[in-house]
Amino acid sequence: MIELGQHWVFIDAAYAGCFVLVAVLIFWVAADAYRARARVKALEAARERQRAARD
Amino acid sequence: MKDLALLEDNAPKPGLWTQIAHPGLFLGWSRHLIVPLAVITAALAAWGLYLSFWGSPPDYQMGDTVRIMYVHVPAAWLSQFCYAVMFASAIGTLVWRHPMADVSQKAAAPLGAAFTLLALFTGSLWGRPTWGTFWEWDGRMTSTLVLLFIYLGIIALWRAFDDQLKAARFVSVVTLVGAINIPVIKFSVDWWQTLHQPASVIRLDGPTIAPEILIPLLVMTAAFSMLFLTLHLVRMRTEVIKRRIRSLELAAARAAAGGAL
Repeated sequence: MIELGQHWVFIDAAYAGCFVLVAVLIFWVAADAYRARARVKALEAARERQRAARD
Repeated sequence: MKDLALLEDNAPKPGLWTQIAHPGLFLGWSRHLIVPLAVITAALAAWGLYLSFWGSPPDYQMGDTVRIMYVHVPAAWLSQFCYAVMFASAIGTLVWRHPMADVSQKAAAPLGAAFTLLALFTGSLWGRPTWGTFWEWDGRMTSTLVLLFIYLGIIALWRAFDDQLKAARFVSVVTLVGAINIPVIKFSVDWWQTLHQPASVIRLDGPTIAPEILIPLLVMTAAFSMLFLTLHLVRMRTEVIKRRIRSLELAAARAAAGGAL
């Protein structure tokens, strides 16, 4: 690692904050997508079951 | 069966506009883009981080604090680019009633808010060692804070409506009005006394930054931009799926009500 001088606290905090925020953003987007896919799959399966029962 | 297959083969292929506009077709083709976009983003981020810490020298005036610029400027660029995407989508919603325009608008808003927050956070950490203060009510910082509030307001508006098509028209008008803040952010450094330096990358006479510092900055900007494209695409797909969920739930509720009668 390079020597960041007397202001290393500010540099480290900026990159750490950036890393945390981007990680949270990616996790939130991925989790939301996963939940939506699971829900639509369940609803479509339920609809197919209802159709099969009706026929 | 053979006749049906022949009919499908002879059916006209949907045009580019239809493929973009039709939510079902959009889900089909966009699925293949996510992994390549994520890989490109990761590769650019790794290269950018290497250049930010090991491949670039300290600035002759700011020293190593210049390295904060490699995350601050891309975040600030995306805070405005996200709004530009929302602005174009708002026009698509109001003028052409494009089915995917309001999906794009809704998907971009939280991403824009996150990048604006990141720009303010990294900017204040850069400001303390460089200017001696975390915050100053100058034109650029204040207008960027206003941009964050506009994003938060737009997110709140989306959540305030049950009918997302009605919400889209209302949010589009607010987005177009709020766009006045973007040129204010851009030109605030020229219009008012400010601690911020004037534009040093996008200039008519070319960038004024040394190539050793400009290259890491451009690579990190590309990495952030690809991150936005990837997340925006995933969020658009999720929004299309959520609308499908809503219509399936309504159909199930109607069927249940019909059965109960």
